[in-house]
Amino acid sequence: MKRKSPNITSKLLPVTAVFLLLAIWQAASSAGVIPGFLLPSPLEVAMAFAEDFPLLMENARVTLLEAFIGLAAGILIGFVTAVLMDCFEWLYRAVYPLIVLTQTVPTVAIAPLLVLWFGYEMLPKVILIVIVTFFPITVSLLDGFRAADKDTISLLRSMGASKAQIFRYVKFPGALGAFFASLRISVSYAVVGAVISEWLGGFNGLGVYMTRVKKAFSFDKMFAVIFLISAISLLLMWSVNVLQKVSMPWEEENR
Amino acid sequence: MMAELKVSGITFAYEEAPILENVNIELHEHELVSILGASGCGKTTLFHIISGLHKPQQGKVVLNGKDITGCPGQISYMMQKDLLLPYRTIEDNVSLPLVLKGEKKRKAREKVSLYFEEFGLEGTQKKYPCQLSGGMRQRAALLRTYMFSRDVALLDEPFSALDTLTKSEMHRWYLDVMDKIHLSTLFITHDIDEAILLSDRIYLLTGKPGRVTEEIIIKEPKPRKKEFNLTEEFLEYKRRILERL
Repeated sequence: MKRKSPNITSKLLPVTAVFLLLAIWQAASSAGVIPGFLLPSPLEVAMAFAEDFPLLMENARVTLLEAFIGLAAGILIGFVTAVLMDCFEWLYRAVYPLIVLTQTVPTVAIAPLLVLWFGYEMLPKVILIVIVTFFPITVSLLDGFRAADKDTISLLRSMGASKAQIFRYVKFPGALGAFFASLRISVSYAVVGAVISEWLGGFNGLGVYMTRVKKAFSFDKMFAVIFLISAISLLLMWSVNVLQKVSMPWEEENR
Repeated sequence: MMAELKVSGITFAYEEAPILENVNIELHEHELVSILGASGCGKTTLFHIISGLHKPQQGKVVLNGKDITGCPGQISYMMQKDLLLPYRTIEDNVSLPLVLKGEKKRKAREKVSLYFEEFGLEGTQKKYPCQLSGGMRQRAALLRTYMFSRDVALLDEPFSALDTLTKSEMHRWYLDVMDKIHLSTLFITHDIDEAILLSDRIYLLTGKPGRVTEEIIIKEPKPRKKEFNLTEEFLEYKRRILERL
């Protein structure tokens, strides 16, 4: 029943576009249209990536660790906040504006403050990631809980279900789709958040590596690390897709 | 015969607007009783009260001698929509009432599996609701209702969303299943033919606020043939109901 051919053509187009763009870039660099010190060619970037590979991996490990701890804490806090706000209407009204407010504060502005308060170690980075990741999770889960069908809830009540059972059998599974959509956003926020916080103080991580190569004007290495960060984000978003397919098997059948 | 369910003197108003006034209904063992009335006469509200979801301003709901007014979880209630949970397989949807009562998942599945054939649902256990037709979903919803309680079931227009052909097929299926499982049922409908075909008795609920204005006994013995609705008696019942609505 799986339709295979449209899937292949749908992937073929974007892949071709990416390769075409890289080819044009390479051609422009080789022909000397763009000077190498301003924009290194894709080949130079690839070579820089290979040369610094062990160093990049070592730094990526640190960044990923921060991102994962921050994301896990963000999900946990987001989940608990959403559940509490769904249970208590007064809490919802009191806290919702505050939560929105946390998102209007620019990340770059609070990162140095966090470094000042919590030092150069992992803690300020994790806190920053929590701030940027819990918001999408909270909001989407809350919307998911509140969108639960009133009649279905009545039906379960008529069967004598408790509030906790209604949450478990109706609200929570109903909010899963929205949760995964927000998780896709949150994983990329987590990686970017980790890099930004490393810029502003730290001993290792991709952000620290980035500031170092920038100071040395090694733009080829700069691009190498940018591509690596993009690749990591994409890989994580893809993992979320896989996780979603595994935990929501009924979605596959609905297609 | 002992009355199983006795609804007496129900009066209910929602935000000052009276919806039901002094409604009295009785349901005996193994009976199917219809409540027939136009849309908006308070039929669904009445079911919400009987199931315990709403508390009436006056009146009592008594099940087998026990006052259950305003206590949900005593009577099976099947609402207008099938309300199957899209993320649970049919067997898990059907076993939900047992799971809610604290039964283990596997045990509940075993218990419900015995009824799939009887309800014409064999082979759908592992399917999701979206993979079933409207008629089959209705059967699954009815089985879930039956799994909750074997005493009394409230069915709120269970076949109203189906097309005419599926509907008459469901009627035949329903009469057949009822003949085997002997559920006492209160049945809401606005379809006169459906009410006469399926019921032992019919209450007419009319007016605003809604009142029971007539009780009609359908004497035709059960199990009924589908040709019943072509007979002279059937038309006589229909004429009587139309005069009073």
